[in-house]
Amino acid sequence: MHVRRVVITGMGAVSPYGKGVGLLFSLLRRGKSGISRVNAPEGLTVPRIAGVVPDVGAESIPRKIRRSMSPLSVYAYLAGCEALEQAAVPPGVVSGDRFGIALGSTLGSPESLESFFRQYIASASMEQIKSMLFFRIMSHSAAANLAQALGVSGRVVSPSAACASGCQAIGLGYEAVAFGRQDYMLCGGTDEFHPLVQGTFDLLTAASSGYNDMPESAPRPFDANRDGVVCSEGAGLLLLESLDSAHARGAPVLAEVLGFSSLSDSGSIAEPSSASLAACMRLALKDAGVQPREIAYINAHATATELGDIAESRAIAGLFGTEVPVSSLKGHIGHTMAASGSLETIASVKMLGEGIIIPTKNLESPDERCAGIRLPRIPVDLPGRIIVKNSFALGGINCSLVLGGPQ
Amino acid sequence: MTDAEVLERANAALAKEFELEGDRMRPEADLREDLDLDSLDTVDMVVVLEQEFGIKIGKDPAIASIRTLGDIHIYLLQKKQEIEKNAG
Repeated sequence: MHVRRVVITGMGAVSPYGKGVGLLFSLLRRGKSGISRVNAPEGLTVPRIAGVVPDVGAESIPRKIRRSMSPLSVYAYLAGCEALEQAAVPPGVVSGDRFGIALGSTLGSPESLESFFRQYIASASMEQIKSMLFFRIMSHSAAANLAQALGVSGRVVSPSAACASGCQAIGLGYEAVAFGRQDYMLCGGTDEFHPLVQGTFDLLTAASSGYNDMPESAPRPFDANRDGVVCSEGAGLLLLESLDSAHARGAPVLAEVLGFSSLSDSGSIAEPSSASLAACMRLALKDAGVQPREIAYINAHATATELGDIAESRAIAGLFGTEVPVSSLKGHIGHTMAASGSLETIASVKMLGEGIIIPTKNLESPDERCAGIRLPRIPVDLPGRIIVKNSFALGGINCSLVLGGPQ
Repeated sequence: MTDAEVLERANAALAKEFELEGDRMRPEADLREDLDLDSLDTVDMVVVLEQEFGIKIGKDPAIASIRTLGDIHIYLLQKKQEIEKNAG
């Protein structure tokens, strides 16, 4: 078995703030909200706020590349291009068979799925369906579109694990590079906003609906007055390669992926258990070969649901104690679903680079059931160079990453 | 609808669907070489023309021999004649 150290050399983001990692991190640091009022179908869903991506200039993508893309593929493509530009991989690498993609979404495009069934049911026929619709609907639409657009000929995998997709994709990319299966992996998650997802959280009584007139005040991870998830959209992509590769070509190392774990919580399809979350983090630490006391910060999944926030808090407290700073970025940009793991990893890498921790936005009165962990309310210095990133999904799919700052 | 109106509407619908500038919509334009349309676009071209004119083309074998924009024009005008003849 060939095990190599794996590093991040490029990052790209499309978020409710707009396009670019620079914009994402600067607005996170300023505590700006990416949540706004949206026109949800009247009577269908109660939540009226979301983190939607503003116009990112999709028309700049050539028609033949764009024609099979729904918004989630557009976001992934733009983020992927940004990551590649930053990493500045040598010419020919992307189209060679040593360059792969791991990119997931919660679903194929729900907007396109809706469009198909509207036409199909109304006409009882396939005759008016255009050729590209299926390519937007298929589960690996984003990964396939990105591979086609970039001319990738290495392995393309598309983990679909709802809110853990992005984190799991990074983990799969890390393993592919670590074990020498690929030299480069472009990894992450992407999703587009649709009432199907928001409405589902609503019917599970897990969506925020009490801040419809104050969009910037929700979601409220860990807060006593939180009332659930605010659905968002976007994409986060990271380029992974071996440390040796980065050194050989003189590429700046943004961070190192030290460890990864992905475990299933089969106790419930929707209710996370502290024990399973703790087991996931513990396994990631073991993979990284580090002890809990070495962890300087935990970027929590914390979506502002009662069940999730409390279970994660207890898992963290039990494993790390009460002193490790913890924050969730969902108070700023909402829950970007499959993109959340990778977008928040990107922000965490930036925190590592700048030595600062961004606190949880909208956290005013910590729920005392979450009070067993350290929840900074203002930006604080990062007290070390190894951090943990969690992503926990409906379906019981849990993932944790351990990241190390550049040496 | 006059023949000229048929061609004008066909050109406008195809230009919109495939994001083509008006000056490229010449009868001699080769769909593949000049307009950069491929077999997948041809599938959508049929849907676009059916919707524009309310006609049925489906998997008409005649579509397979279409090479240029002018071929589309000829096909549509023949279709128009057939419809008018059947109506008369």
